[in-house]
Amino acid sequence: MISLFKQRRQMLTRIKPARQRTQKSPVCVPKGIYTRCPDCKQDFLSDQIAAGLYVCPGCDYHMKLTAQGRIKLVVDKGSFHELNGRLQTTECLDFPGYSEKLSSLQAATGLNDAVLTGVCTIEGQKTVIAVMDSRFLMGSMGSVVGEKVTRAVEYATKKRLPIVIFTASGGARMQEGIVSLMQMAKTSNALSRHHKAGLLYISCLTHPTTGGVTASFASLGDIILSEPRALIGFAGPRVIEQTIRQKLPEGFQRAEFLLEHGFIDKIIKRSELRSTLGTLLKLHAPAARTRGGG
Amino acid sequence: MSLQQTEERIRELDKRISHTEDEDRLNELKKEKKRLLSEAYGNISSFDRVYLARKSTRPCVRDYIYRIFTDFIELHGDRLMRDDPAIIGGIAKLDEIPVTIIGHCKGKSINENLKFNFGMPNPEGYRKALRLMKQAEKFKRPIITFIDTPGAYPGLESEMHGQGEAIARNLMEMGSLKVPIIAIVIGEGGSGGALALSVADRIWMLENAVYSILSPEGFASILWKDASRAREAAELMKLTAYDLYERGIVDRLFGEPVGGLDEKSRSIYVRIKNALHSELAILSRQNPRTLVELRYKKYRSIGDCSAK
Repeated sequence: MISLFKQRRQMLTRIKPARQRTQKSPVCVPKGIYTRCPDCKQDFLSDQIAAGLYVCPGCDYHMKLTAQGRIKLVVDKGSFHELNGRLQTTECLDFPGYSEKLSSLQAATGLNDAVLTGVCTIEGQKTVIAVMDSRFLMGSMGSVVGEKVTRAVEYATKKRLPIVIFTASGGARMQEGIVSLMQMAKTSNALSRHHKAGLLYISCLTHPTTGGVTASFASLGDIILSEPRALIGFAGPRVIEQTIRQKLPEGFQRAEFLLEHGFIDKIIKRSELRSTLGTLLKLHAPAARTRGGG
Repeated sequence: MSLQQTEERIRELDKRISHTEDEDRLNELKKEKKRLLSEAYGNISSFDRVYLARKSTRPCVRDYIYRIFTDFIELHGDRLMRDDPAIIGGIAKLDEIPVTIIGHCKGKSINENLKFNFGMPNPEGYRKALRLMKQAEKFKRPIITFIDTPGAYPGLESEMHGQGEAIARNLMEMGSLKVPIIAIVIGEGGSGGALALSVADRIWMLENAVYSILSPEGFASILWKDASRAREAAELMKLTAYDLYERGIVDRLFGEPVGGLDEKSRSIYVRIKNALHSELAILSRQNPRTLVELRYKKYRSIGDCSAK
């Protein structure tokens, strides 16, 4: 019996430091020696998962990445420069507990809100980039997310750069009410100007992308990519099931379903993400277009 | 006591009043009714306004179309898939000015509501609206939209046909249309479904209309996992015309009679018509580039994180 407790203590001392490392981990699932795939529930060595870009070796499930983890994965080393990393909301802070929630999430994630924006190069191609992070209130879009995305798009328009946006969001942020809703119009209008300036916007949908983000910038890319099996939709599956009073078919609102129905261009495995983005950016580089007889 | 309960009691009183012949008793009942009325409408809560905004006796888009405009010709279909009855659209005249009108269609009876899907559009509805707006731009007609929807329809087919894409497209395109757009929230302004018709140069709202990120029921069930706390949610959400006017989202309010608009209301149509005339005169004078620039700035400034 005593040995059992001893064993437990030993185990805990092993797990604890691993838990403390969690915050720095580029993946959203808690990291220990083993990582359990949220989809197939199999355990794998964490190092093995990390080496495999956080894709489950068993079932090919693409685990959620943090914004910082995603940046590390796709941009050229050392090329990322953050923009507007200190922006704070001035909206509706009288919502009970909202300010505190923001502070604690900022401390936990190292982000000022649910999106990280900046400029970088991908395979040598200069681009503006925005990456959403679902750890931050489900990646919901309030004024800061809307403002940062808008500023990133406006920056790209001004500097005549392409923009790549990785989405991961539960939709508009309830705590900021109507202001959140209006961010949908604000970001879409900014993209309209970028579009009219003849510049490239690549939208990369990751799991999950729903609600107000799907109904605004996520759906407006010149090219829309998605990670395998990502949930993408406007209304959440539970709301739909309650409305139509029947079970949804297998694979409904998954990336493969959207591809079949014509709403995304291509599903890209994480291992091929950087090279695909690089190729697409090169194909749209100003020099390439001029040579094409433009 | 909620407004709905008070209204029930007033109806009861009315019945008793009509059956009473005794003078003293009659006066007493009338006094009681007056007290109830002033009590209920003098201290109206946000959730009471949600109730009034949803009331089936409230004028719907068709009332506004036929009482403000003449020669309305309804146009149908998105040219891709089908005609969505939850959105009505067409051309009409505001006195001598040709305009394009688009609005969410709610019914006044259960049969009508089934036909119009309770004013909840599918992607085809937004695409029809966009087609009519592009048409308006081509022929330089101002666009007037009437907002009255619980939200976009959360169904299987609407997802399959790209609800998100359809709303996003409207937001993007409406931002750069070169004709004046005026949106009037006449009842429920529910979420993305409302926004997809209301990216406009002017947003107006009736006193008892509401406009919010989602329904108070939805808000309560997401936040507290309890839809029955909708009343509480409504207060927190700042969804009334006054809240939105104060916040600078809405440009103009239209007052309503005590108890809200109903079938007998007339002055609201005159007031909206006059306002449309004066505002369109201003907007039509602007050159299209300025118009689009000012519309961009209107939305650009909402939640721009600058210190107030």
